[in-house]
Amino acid sequence: MANGENVSGPILAADGRPLRQSLARALRLQKLRALMLIAPLLIFILVTFAAPIADMLFRSVENAIVPETLPLTVAALEDWDDASGQPPGEKVFAALRQDLLAAVAAKAHTKLGSRLNYEQTGVASLLRKTGRRVKRMEEDGDLAAQFAKIHKSWADPETWATIKRFSNAYTSGYFLNAVDAKLGATGIEARPENERIYIFLFERTLILSVVITVACLLIGYPVAFLLATLPMRTSNMLMILVLLPFWTSLLVRTSAWKVLLQQQGVINDTLVFLGIVGDGARLAMINNQTGTIIAMTHILLPFMILPLYSVMRTIPPSYMRAAKSLGATDWTAFWRVYFPQSVPGIGAGAILVFILAIGYYITPELVGGTSGTFISNRIAYHISSSLNWGLAAALGVILLVVVLVLYWLYDRIIGIDNVKLG
Amino acid sequence: MTDQDRAFVMFDGVQKSYDGETLVVKNLNLEIARGEFLTMLGPSGSGKTTCLMMLAGFEVATHGQINLGGRPINNIPPHKRGIGMVFQNYALFPHMTVAENLAFPLQVRRMSRAEVEEKVQRALDMVQMGGTEFAGRRPAQLSGGQQQRVALARALVFEPDLVLMDEPLGALDKQLREHMQYEIKHLHERLGVTVVYVTHDQSEALTMSDRIAVFNDGVIQQLATPEDLYERPENAFVAQFIGENNKLDGMVTAFADKEARVHLDGAEEIGALAVNCRGVGFPTMLSIRPERVLIAEPSAPNQLQGRVVELIYLGDHIRCRMEVAGRDDFIVKIPNSAKHSMLRVGETTPIGWLTNDCRALDAA
Repeated sequence: MANGENVSGPILAADGRPLRQSLARALRLQKLRALMLIAPLLIFILVTFAAPIADMLFRSVENAIVPETLPLTVAALEDWDDASGQPPGEKVFAALRQDLLAAVAAKAHTKLGSRLNYEQTGVASLLRKTGRRVKRMEEDGDLAAQFAKIHKSWADPETWATIKRFSNAYTSGYFLNAVDAKLGATGIEARPENERIYIFLFERTLILSVVITVACLLIGYPVAFLLATLPMRTSNMLMILVLLPFWTSLLVRTSAWKVLLQQQGVINDTLVFLGIVGDGARLAMINNQTGTIIAMTHILLPFMILPLYSVMRTIPPSYMRAAKSLGATDWTAFWRVYFPQSVPGIGAGAILVFILAIGYYITPELVGGTSGTFISNRIAYHISSSLNWGLAAALGVILLVVVLVLYWLYDRIIGIDNVKLG
Repeated sequence: MTDQDRAFVMFDGVQKSYDGETLVVKNLNLEIARGEFLTMLGPSGSGKTTCLMMLAGFEVATHGQINLGGRPINNIPPHKRGIGMVFQNYALFPHMTVAENLAFPLQVRRMSRAEVEEKVQRALDMVQMGGTEFAGRRPAQLSGGQQQRVALARALVFEPDLVLMDEPLGALDKQLREHMQYEIKHLHERLGVTVVYVTHDQSEALTMSDRIAVFNDGVIQQLATPEDLYERPENAFVAQFIGENNKLDGMVTAFADKEARVHLDGAEEIGALAVNCRGVGFPTMLSIRPERVLIAEPSAPNQLQGRVVELIYLGDHIRCRMEVAGRDDFIVKIPNSAKHSMLRVGETTPIGWLTNDCRALDAA
């Protein structure tokens, strides 16, 4: 057995090539075909989904507007010590004038103004005003004095410190802003208490999402149990009721909650009619956290019930019977035999509902008022109203990271293999 | 034996209907003695599993009473009946180890930790699974036969007086199934526990049981020992269902003492043991076991001519299919002994049997 002796070497195919190589070659064509089949979808997703998201997230650190609009000033400022307490020298002002002349011609100075205004309020109007007058400046005169005459902020070293701090093409400013901090003269510092908002919003988003997930579980578990134990025909009928919300517009459902929950709404009117609450003490159930929790629990409930149902369907009834024949009461049989086997469904449902809830936007926007809005509402505000896309991107990145960290924790504690969707 | 022991389990006029229109179990009366191994045997849909489930408490009897140890148990929930049960697919809890599965019935009975451990080990030893490598495994890590043993141990670990088994060997391959049949039988003999066993496999029933209740159409067709069931079937269904059977249709022409003269469709007239035929002028089905047919033996009282259609050599015996009295599915088992007759296909030969081996039953 000459072949049998040579066990340590690579196994050879009939033609003498290593078997592993031959196998790879044989499979290559297959892999290529598979790749070509998914290529259209892959390209579509890359172009319409992955690329825009990557571009958006990149904006959270991108700061090219400052060095691009004020290239000479940024270079000249390198020699200036921002801790000196003095405005920079004439050379810097000359560079600034040249940069601004170019920027005004390209109409770029107002954009720069809004960018720097995020870091120091007043810079936007400062640049607008200066932009209007920079053409009339005398090139040979005392530029520092002329600038100071346009606006006294040019004599303030703080203005120059801000420009210098944000002269890099990349900045941590948006991220610091997103966690209620800023880059001050002495490094990273917390914002004043009355300006802090985002950490609080993140906390509220997380807490409300947990509350909604737990509420969905408490309501959904018995429903899924019922669906899984009923005969197929009855359970299919009931399943339609569970799926009905999916076929109704999200806006319609949310608006329906408005009708039900508002102070002059159905529920309050009924309670007043029954004399349970006084007319003057109508319950505030909408435009606050209560409204968000109620409406979102209702909307996300199917995402809890469906995975639970599909897992429970696979648990044979003989387990419960076996437990009872062994002497367990109904409750013991459920708690020690049925429930542990339904945990993968709970895991799948909870993670689905939680991740959907944490990024939810429409419902909190419509029924959340001020105390029931989520971080996503703030992101939407920065995208569409304040146009501070950098900050919106930074908030989005943090939200994404939080979700990924929670997912990782979940995998470590419960194990993602234990999650079953059906 | 006291009355209570003779009727340890008693079904009294039990009926069961699922839909309110048809009866799945029709008027069941059955007494099972303490320590007995009773098998409910029948085709699927014959009501045998329903009976077992009513005894276990998972189905409610529509009518009638079920007693256990002299006590009516109709209104006792399953977990208070103290009946061990082995399920068709074992129903071992997949999220618990073997030891935890066995400890479960003891824990719900609030036994002390030491007691639980001792009993679990004893139960595992009993089914030859006492090795330390098994206790910590999950059911999914065991082979089919091992799962079967664990299921058995779990049903016995809390020392119930009555154990129900619902086709427990159905999922095993043939060899393992036969091996487990003997093990369950020996376990039953050693422990003296009462066993009610449900199966559709007749050889399983014959191997293991003290008595067999043959079910068909919601009724017990015959309740007898394995030997009686095979040798002395009381009706056409039992004769056909248990073992191999040759049937010949005919009409009763004379009826005397225990012997009936039967006129066969093929125009011959022969004698048979009258067991269950209604009388002269009624149709009857004659039942003869293939191994009781005598070939070319002139001394046999009942003689017919048979034409050999097919011969199959099976080692210990030769299976011969013959055309007899107009039917071509008449089977004769010829033992492969030194003096066995040499037959050839197409040959016609006289066959016969003793009158006692041919039973005249109801026409099926």
